[in-house]
Amino acid sequence: MTNHYIDFRNADVILNMGSNVCENHPVSYKWIKAAQDRGAVFIHVDPRFTRTSAKADHYVPLRSGTDIAFLGGMIKYILDNDLIQREYVVNYTNASFIVGSKYDFMDGLFSGYDPVKRKYDKSHWAFETDENGIIKKDPTLQNPRCVYQLLKKHYARYDLDVVSQITGTPKENLLKVYQIYGSTGKPDRVGTELYAMGWTQHTVGTQNIRTMAIIQLLLGNMGMAGGGINALRGESNVQGSTDMALLFHIISAYNPTPQAKHKDLATYNGMNTPKTKEPMSANWWQNRPKYMVSYLKSMYGKAATKENDFGYDWHPKLDDGQNCSWLTLFDDMHKGRFTGFFAWGMNPACSGANANKVREGLTKLDWLVNVNLFENETGSFWYGPGMNPKKIKTEVFQLPCAAFMEKEGSLSNSGRWVQWRYKAVDPLGEAKPDGDIMLELYESVRKLYAKEGGKFPEPILNLKMDYATNGKFDAHKVAKEVNGYDLTTGKLVANFTKLKDDGTTSCGNWLYSGSYNEDGNMMARRDRSDPTGIGLYSKWAWCWPLNRRIIYNRASVDLNGNPWDSKRAVIRWDPAAGDGKGGWVGDVPDGGWPPMVNKEKTKLPFIMKPHGVASIFGPGLNEGPFPEHYEPLECPVERNLLSSQRINPAAKVFAGTMDQYLTCDPRYPFVCTTYRVTEHWQTGVLTRWLPWLLEAQPQLFVEMSKELGELKGIKNGDLVEVETARGKVKAVAIVTARWKPFNIAGQTVHQIGIPWHFGWRWPENKKFSRGGDSANLLTPNIGDANTMIPESKAFMANVRKIKSKG
Amino acid sequence: MVKISRRNFIKASGVAAAGLGLSQLGFDLSPIESYAAELKIKGAKETTHICCYCSVSCGQIAHVSNGKLINFEGDPDHPISEGALCAKGASLYQLHDNQHRLKKVRYRAPYSAKWKEVSWEWALEKIARNIKKSRDASFMEKNAEGKVVNRTNGIASVGSAALDNEECYIYQQFLRGLGLVWIEHQARI
Repeated sequence: MTNHYIDFRNADVILNMGSNVCENHPVSYKWIKAAQDRGAVFIHVDPRFTRTSAKADHYVPLRSGTDIAFLGGMIKYILDNDLIQREYVVNYTNASFIVGSKYDFMDGLFSGYDPVKRKYDKSHWAFETDENGIIKKDPTLQNPRCVYQLLKKHYARYDLDVVSQITGTPKENLLKVYQIYGSTGKPDRVGTELYAMGWTQHTVGTQNIRTMAIIQLLLGNMGMAGGGINALRGESNVQGSTDMALLFHIISAYNPTPQAKHKDLATYNGMNTPKTKEPMSANWWQNRPKYMVSYLKSMYGKAATKENDFGYDWHPKLDDGQNCSWLTLFDDMHKGRFTGFFAWGMNPACSGANANKVREGLTKLDWLVNVNLFENETGSFWYGPGMNPKKIKTEVFQLPCAAFMEKEGSLSNSGRWVQWRYKAVDPLGEAKPDGDIMLELYESVRKLYAKEGGKFPEPILNLKMDYATNGKFDAHKVAKEVNGYDLTTGKLVANFTKLKDDGTTSCGNWLYSGSYNEDGNMMARRDRSDPTGIGLYSKWAWCWPLNRRIIYNRASVDLNGNPWDSKRAVIRWDPAAGDGKGGWVGDVPDGGWPPMVNKEKTKLPFIMKPHGVASIFGPGLNEGPFPEHYEPLECPVERNLLSSQRINPAAKVFAGTMDQYLTCDPRYPFVCTTYRVTEHWQTGVLTRWLPWLLEAQPQLFVEMSKELGELKGIKNGDLVEVETARGKVKAVAIVTARWKPFNIAGQTVHQIGIPWHFGWRWPENKKFSRGGDSANLLTPNIGDANTMIPESKAFMANVRKIKSKG
Repeated sequence: MVKISRRNFIKASGVAAAGLGLSQLGFDLSPIESYAAELKIKGAKETTHICCYCSVSCGQIAHVSNGKLINFEGDPDHPISEGALCAKGASLYQLHDNQHRLKKVRYRAPYSAKWKEVSWEWALEKIARNIKKSRDASFMEKNAEGKVVNRTNGIASVGSAALDNEECYIYQQFLRGLGLVWIEHQARI
């Protein structure tokens, strides 16, 4: 999130598209309600009418997988009616940048496409520069090659007729949303967008979010109280686990994972540290070398020295361009390329797209370590449906871990608030906190290498793992290492501005530097004061980066440093502050430089972007610099109404025997999507075993419209089977007015939906009296072209009746 | 918005309960009502928590008496949730007090049809031995192009957004210390 949960109350328009906030993030609705009570308009755009729709002022349906068409139409509406916040757009975005002559777009493809590799040469999308390397600009936005004009041209095709035919959304509904949301381009009106997996789980997931980001920039809503782009993340600490880099492509706080071509630290820094010729850009990532050296000092401690490149060689490296993301991982597992596997606090046998492929992959391992609170479909895969234990070689270790109230530590919510929680009671039985299991397992491995040697033992033997106190994992010690130390004094650094690239500081994660310094554990603060009055609660816990509660907040002020909207000021330049030198008051600003009018000393507000401004034109993404509508891999239409490219031209398609896809196939005529219910969470592994929750939602169901029920002879409560090209599940039918058929270019298209919280292991599933299996047995294993997040929200299925309600 | 501290919240609830008793029964039951309302958590140790499910981070309070969790409820002082919890958050007492929780280390041998309970020492030794075997057999110092990569190709890991930050940090440190690059978790799906 750029903003935070309480900040919803500051919005004038709240668009919830790509999530179901009232059912999946229920308590946060109180802040939407607070905005509605102030007169704000709450809009829900979703294929299905949910309890969020019931609370919304306007509910608008759309077919799954057509969000870019919907939002592209909004961009056109905003530009046609000149609703942009011009001063913001000209000064804080790249709208004025001139794009080079190699850029072009024709019939769904941008220039530079290689159809064999399904890849673009992004050099075709570069900006034009002058003789000093500075990007050419036209602040009048008139030059036909400037970003603003190219944007206008790109979305000119997204008129109401074509958008309505693609999305199935009636034209009057489109217009209503465009008008209401477009009203927030005025400096004193603010709109926010709340999304979740409804936007990410598509082959165009990243571009769904980019389209909205473009809208927010055009309307001047980024950096504002009540504005921003807000991901409602699905797990209590998925923000923190991402920051801590439990992903293949990043290490420690969004530094790229070293690749083979980065032969030493100097090469790594040289190739990865962005450079800019823009005189007013802060280009914050120029500090990358400081964060890297401090990270290596935290990884390897005293063994990391200047002479050995701070242990850079010990750190594992990818092949150049190697992709080790989830879908590739399970593809490789299915090919028998791993002998060992950890499923630590995860249940991929139910959470992985095309779960049959995942489950079969597990049979090819030599050993599996599964750490969890409860037995689950992953650790127990060997006696699951269709498995014969006598033929499965995999050794399985099931390690019982502690629940959160049985240990101490911090977690980061979607609004980047990092909060400390305490231990209430001891773990049950022989269960242990995960931290203890990790330390003990490391120690067992270290001893083996110390005693027997082995392949390249240095990184294991030199790992700085001194986080035990009296033999137990000590979260405080780790939190301090994550914050970082000045190694010359042994004191904790105040924050990441103190980090150095010479080996005199350590820091496990620069974004968290400042969370636990010499002033104490900032994450444990419980001060409810709110001096700004806009709900920042700056002394409650701590927030990354630097306790900044709304990021990009220097875009919330005009060139003189005065808030665009003084009623909801996030920051303000006070000329009298700092003994008359002037200073910012309010939230922690994105850098302390003076306002833009002070051209000598100022810096542009988007400090993490090399050019200092936000990207309306985004030349870094894999399928193009402007979002374009493509159909899901499996879709109900023979052709894309906007171009000859039916699916995302840069999405990776797997082609093994388990990778089945069928589009526009009469056997699978209905669009299907997956979702959650309030009473369960994820694969259900932490909710299905809780009797109160299981009683409330005991089994898998599939929802469909009354029209489809009639067509298929299915009544409410009937037992049905849902099937795709990859698998099938049994479910109880819910035939409801909450689903309505879509009119897609004159054709009736039905959509069904199914929650994914269930699994065969629990509850007991005899004759489908209770329970059910995972909806991911149905979903396709194709990913977004940038993130490789699977397309679980739009695929094709059939449904048939098995038995009438008994 | 009315700001109400947790203590005041409890007091306010007590007053409401007393008022009800008075109007319905015609005599004052308030001392008995108040005593009954407080008894369950009286003298219990309080700790503050954040919910483990979605990312809203609703505040919670645990009450522990004689080493036993006796109550788990919303924290009215928490600025985001102000004491509210959803159906999942309100059920969290059962995450601890639950007969289905795994309490022992279990092992399934190759081709076996059943679990066997084993000790932590035995399991960790055997896992460590497996790690070493897989790592030593699959470790790649230089790739096909002759460039240094120093990585373990034969082991992968998924997890976890359910861990605390400090655990995530040392887990990635442990995995990368072993040379893993196949590191993924919930954020990718």
